[in-house]
Amino acid sequence: MVAAESVRVVRCGGSELSFRRAAFSADSKYIFCVSGDFVKVHSTATEECVHILQGHRNLVTGIQLNPNNHLQLYSCSFDGTIKLWDYIDGILIKTFTVGHKLHALFTLACAEDSVFVIINKDKPDVFQLVSVKLPKSSSQEIEAKELSFVLDYINQSPKCIAFGNEGEYVAAVRDFYLSVYFFKKKTTSRFTLSSSKNKKHAKNNFTCVACHPKEDCIATGHKDGKIRLWRNFDDDKKYTYTCLHWHHDMVMDLAFSVTGTSLLSGGRESVLVEWRDATEKNKEFLPRLGATIEHISVSPAGDLFCTSHSDNKIIIIHRNLEASAVIQGLVKDSNIFTGLMIDPRTKALVLNGKPGHLQFYSLQHDKQLYNLDIIQQEYINDYGLIQIELTKAAFGRYGNWLATVEQRQEKETELESQMKLWVYDKKTQGFVLNTKINMPHEDHITALCFCNAEKFENPTLVTASKDGHFKVWILTDDSDIYKKAVGWTCDFVGSYHKYQATNCCFSEDGSLLAVSFEEIVTIWDSETWELKCTFCQRAGNIRHLCFGRLTCSKYLLGATENGILCCWNLLSCALEWSAKLTIRVMEPDPCSENIAAVSQSSAGSDLFVFKPSEPRPLYIQKNISREEVQWGVFVPRDVPESFTSEAYQWLNRSQFYFLTKSQSLLTFSTKSPEEKLTPTSKQLLAEESLPTTPFYFILGKHRQQQDKKINEALESELVQLPLTENIPAISELLHTPAHVLPSASFLCSKFVNSLLLSKETKSGEEILEDVDMEEEKESGDDSDEEHDFTENTQDTNDTELGEDIIHQLSKSEEKELRKFRKVDYSWITVL
Amino acid sequence: MGEFKVHRVRFFNYIPSGIRCVAYNNQSNRLAVSRTDGTVEIYNLSANYFQEKFFPGHESRATEALCWAKGQRLFSAGLNGEIIEYDLQALNIKYAVDAFGGPIWSMAVSPHGSQLLVGCEDGSVKLFQITPDKIQFERNFDRQKSRILSLCWHPSGTHVAAGSIDYISVFDVKSGSAVHKMLVDRQYMGVSKRKCIIWGVAFLSDGTVISVDSAGKVQFWDSATGTLVKNHLIANADVQSIAVSDQEDSFVVGTAEGTVFHFQLVSVTSNSSEKQWVRTKPFQHHTHDVRAVAHSPTALISGGTDTHLVIRPLMEKVEVKNYDAALRKITFPHRRLISCSKKRQLLLFQFTHHLELWRLGSTVATGKNGDTLPLSRNADHLLHLKTKGPENIICSCISPCGSWIAYSTTSRFFLYRLNYEHDNISLQRVSKMPAFLRSALQILFSEDSTKLFVASNQGSLHVIRLLEGSFKHLHTFQPQSGTVESMCLLAVSPDGNWLASSGTSAGVHVYNIKHLKLHCTVPSYNFPVTALAIAPNTNNLVIAHSDQQVFEYSIPDKQYTEWSRTIQKQGFHYLWLQRDTPITHISFHPKRPMHILLHDAYMFCIIDKSLPLPNDKTLLYNPLPPTKESDVIRRRTAHAFKISKIYKPLLFMDLLDERTLVAVERPLDDIIAQLPPPIKKKKFGT
Repeated sequence: MVAAESVRVVRCGGSELSFRRAAFSADSKYIFCVSGDFVKVHSTATEECVHILQGHRNLVTGIQLNPNNHLQLYSCSFDGTIKLWDYIDGILIKTFTVGHKLHALFTLACAEDSVFVIINKDKPDVFQLVSVKLPKSSSQEIEAKELSFVLDYINQSPKCIAFGNEGEYVAAVRDFYLSVYFFKKKTTSRFTLSSSKNKKHAKNNFTCVACHPKEDCIATGHKDGKIRLWRNFDDDKKYTYTCLHWHHDMVMDLAFSVTGTSLLSGGRESVLVEWRDATEKNKEFLPRLGATIEHISVSPAGDLFCTSHSDNKIIIIHRNLEASAVIQGLVKDSNIFTGLMIDPRTKALVLNGKPGHLQFYSLQHDKQLYNLDIIQQEYINDYGLIQIELTKAAFGRYGNWLATVEQRQEKETELESQMKLWVYDKKTQGFVLNTKINMPHEDHITALCFCNAEKFENPTLVTASKDGHFKVWILTDDSDIYKKAVGWTCDFVGSYHKYQATNCCFSEDGSLLAVSFEEIVTIWDSETWELKCTFCQRAGNIRHLCFGRLTCSKYLLGATENGILCCWNLLSCALEWSAKLTIRVMEPDPCSENIAAVSQSSAGSDLFVFKPSEPRPLYIQKNISREEVQWGVFVPRDVPESFTSEAYQWLNRSQFYFLTKSQSLLTFSTKSPEEKLTPTSKQLLAEESLPTTPFYFILGKHRQQQDKKINEALESELVQLPLTENIPAISELLHTPAHVLPSASFLCSKFVNSLLLSKETKSGEEILEDVDMEEEKESGDDSDEEHDFTENTQDTNDTELGEDIIHQLSKSEEKELRKFRKVDYSWITVL
Repeated sequence: MGEFKVHRVRFFNYIPSGIRCVAYNNQSNRLAVSRTDGTVEIYNLSANYFQEKFFPGHESRATEALCWAKGQRLFSAGLNGEIIEYDLQALNIKYAVDAFGGPIWSMAVSPHGSQLLVGCEDGSVKLFQITPDKIQFERNFDRQKSRILSLCWHPSGTHVAAGSIDYISVFDVKSGSAVHKMLVDRQYMGVSKRKCIIWGVAFLSDGTVISVDSAGKVQFWDSATGTLVKNHLIANADVQSIAVSDQEDSFVVGTAEGTVFHFQLVSVTSNSSEKQWVRTKPFQHHTHDVRAVAHSPTALISGGTDTHLVIRPLMEKVEVKNYDAALRKITFPHRRLISCSKKRQLLLFQFTHHLELWRLGSTVATGKNGDTLPLSRNADHLLHLKTKGPENIICSCISPCGSWIAYSTTSRFFLYRLNYEHDNISLQRVSKMPAFLRSALQILFSEDSTKLFVASNQGSLHVIRLLEGSFKHLHTFQPQSGTVESMCLLAVSPDGNWLASSGTSAGVHVYNIKHLKLHCTVPSYNFPVTALAIAPNTNNLVIAHSDQQVFEYSIPDKQYTEWSRTIQKQGFHYLWLQRDTPITHISFHPKRPMHILLHDAYMFCIIDKSLPLPNDKTLLYNPLPPTKESDVIRRRTAHAFKISKIYKPLLFMDLLDERTLVAVERPLDDIIAQLPPPIKKKKFGT
């Protein structure tokens, strides 16, 4: 990795999974969904991402199985290409360049060499459905320019187009009409609903369409929540329709089951409705799906459904309407009040998620780890209802404690507010509510922070509020006679001349607490809660406040509303320096002295990285985003980078993530986005070769014990590298492109042999204890080998980083060395 | 148009009876409707759904079934166990036959029209032979356990399906034995209800039996095997009625929730011949139970407890978008229930079993146009006159002077003398009515209250002179040329010289009262007459027909007037012709001979014959002439039809004097408020 590479702003995961309908593989083992520029392949059984199909240069807008080869997948994108993938291996087979921006893709079994796409040719908002002939060619890059026009003036959404009766007709809806084009007759019939201004018909707009797989029946969804089933539509006069009405709001999507016996519909109610035999009285519900259903799709085998939701999740549902798996991305559709935080335990990004929840999002794997229900009340989705908002959250050191604040204000004087303190329970591996404090302050809580210094054994929390007070809360063990339960109580209430407290912050060692009261910063001794000194710059209210770290811990930084950044020296109690900068976000790096500040100007947002000790910034990146940056956070890296260039050294220890107003999560990276996401393709093979029997868990434990003496637990979990990986026959088979492989009969015996071999060793592993000492020994050897292998990769990684480490070091030595490296490294570069 | 002081009367507490049965006659395109009070009405669907004839009801004769035989004979059966045939010419009951099976719940005429089946309370199905002038009991079918609620013949006439409680039987007509017994599931949404009542069955020519039941199901059965083929659960309440079209490609069912569902036979795919029944459109035009439905070739007809008769045209069957393509809702009878004494400002309201006499209120206040004036004296309920016996009142009338009241039931004619002494009122029945005055279809007093005209159901017209407390029969006009068609409408000229009468279909006859002879007959017209009146002075007869045409006929000249010829030449405005309800009353302004006042249920119109006629381009409804515009423009936009839609639904409107109008309204909400509460349905968001 060359450090001279330029740093650029990249999107890091969190893309919308529910942008288009998901698709199932023919055997329902895999589900495909769009995710930004990629197509993700998930296993329907385990929810795990199996492959990421990368290659498009713009948003992927449609995915469809190849109807003539169900092991292949078509995808289309705004970049004007249709790509054909082998989704099992994650290989791009062919790229067809169409040239126009493609908005949706449809494939038909009867149209063998052509697909249908939605394009807009001339005017920006006139969309056409065209069929594209895909030429047969052996080359990988093929131009597909032969377009034939099918329908004009259609809606750009693929939900508004459906093919019926094995491609005999296509139905398209837009505004108030349904058009049906018959391919054989080459005629179009159009049916218009009344759109008069009166109340009854005002919301007759079509929203989606689906065609019955066996019968001549078209289902259309409408804005007023009705579903109409159209029949006899080949006759302009004798057509008829029937209404199904359950949804009270717009029908978002419709899908027929494979046999056509039931119709699925979904909308803002977050309830999946199954209409059996298309009758109004015979319906089944799957309620409480969490968020608006955006798309519904049905697996070709008919055993699974899936719903895509507006909170960026896909739920896989069994035929009997039982949700079986959830694929959850970063939830984006709520206001972020809590800002971005890092859970010290899981290193997950924590922020507001679903209404009333905190979400824990893994940046490495681009998936949501879990949701923590903070408000613990049923969310009622209704326009104009004032909801309880989760406004503040903070983690204690090591992530043992979590403090959250929720509030609801209906009228000026009626504030309801609650502070909750959650303790991490090791047994359940989750947060458990410990203390609930009603109305912790008279007014809005503006800031809360934990004291994270190691010398304090008792956790301490400080809240600042608009009512002019800041309160110190400590953990005490009262509450029951056995003195076993612990709870939080208020220890100290401080105020300063009735000014509103706006920010609070502990110094790194925890000895000082800084609380800003509007324009004034007060410093308090955290032992005695005495007011030590005050700073006032008269430059507007303090908006951000933070202490410097490590070598710069004698500095206190404050950013004011009027665009002044001040740095005070705590030893001399004097202003060290100040700069004119309108700061939106100010975040200290937990691993270094660096502080990142994002300023807002009319042109866009600029990033400044500086050390409190010197007013000259280390790094400036202009115009990181055109939008306002709302929140930012430093995420410590697992493995430090080594940028030698001075400008990028701030990125060595941690990575800076920030969230813009339109909820896109961005970061700085030198790598291409493809490299960034950890390849998980290998994990699938691991899953397949190791069935999760109860016995497996025993085995897993056994391994962990072995690992303990070698390495930390975290690394041991990674050691799931399969045995099959070592077998050259299989890897050869899997890594050779399909079209250059020799015939299957030739490979068969070799392949089967290799499989047999691996099965043998594995089964040996499984019956390990019971059967036979020899085998145990063998398997033990095997696992040793594995560890060696991981060691090696680790080491090669290290060598890549430019450090010269001898391969076989003792563990303690290595640990020492690593620690040494971690500590010293930046220090050296600073010099 | 002129300014009037209007008595806006809303105390006519009239409630139409609920509809119990509907029978559609394909041959004559007529619809027979029976109501819960026993009244049977005949609507002519070709003549803009005009209510042509009606048979007054009877307290003990609750009709449960109604059917047409051979296109011209109408039978009804009811809970008193009698089968009744109606005389459609004389408008009375031809005969009644007791079926001796207890209350009759169902009746069906064989496809060939020669046999009649009734289903009785005791579980028997009785077959009657229809002879040209009577019906003759033939035999009983196998007796069932419980009452037979519905019956339907197979189109070939060999089999009959009968719906009972919890099961459907299929009978072989020849042997009279039950071939199949198809048990209906009692379960209702998982809950076992007490009983499942088969409210209706339909037998299709391919052997399919369709049943509707109290569990809200529409079920398709194969009558050959006796098995259930398909089940549609359509309602949470009873499905009460079913009607199949003649082509057997669509049928309609009515539910107790007020919804009417349309089912259609639709091909599964465009290129296969396989067809399936699909529930298509629901129609919610009723608030209460839909007790009866009918399927005409172009429309779905439904009626129920909420008293509306709804005719919903099928758009795909209507050839051109015209008058027939609109939804029709018939609520009020197409005849007058109110008469008025101008002199004493009295209103006589006719109910099923009583009459009410009211004196209008009065005011001394004056105000601007559109003001509501305060009453100095409230309206007075003077008299409540109950009929004797179980029969319904056919017609009633109060004399213009207010001192005579006459009414008639099917079997008796009543005449009362009213005496006013200050505020007291005394009633005295005129006894010893002559034998020929048994039943009247229409009663009219002359303008000076000295003569009484009675149209009897034998087709004759009686003229009676009224004296203080007694009367004298003057003359009887016998029906023309041997026909027995009854006269339904009468009009007398204000000078008392001319009497015009009209029947249900024949033309209008004008009689000279002085000479007591037929003066002339107005040329006959295809559509029935809905209202008649003779103008003062000119003695022009104004006739309104059910197709909304208005004619003016000069009695002295025995020809149509010039104005009438002009308007026929030019044609009426298309909006005028598209009105829903017939004109039920015509009157004249005593001082403005050019004005004709007429009204239907939704508008009141003054035709000013001196003004130019509107053509299709001009605005027909111009409610108020814009006062701020110049006279020239006003004159240019003015046309002969001055229409006011302030009062609706308007049951009666007449001129009391030159400057005073009386309008009787019956708001629909008031009627609905007095009906039994409908089935409670959860409405979303409430």
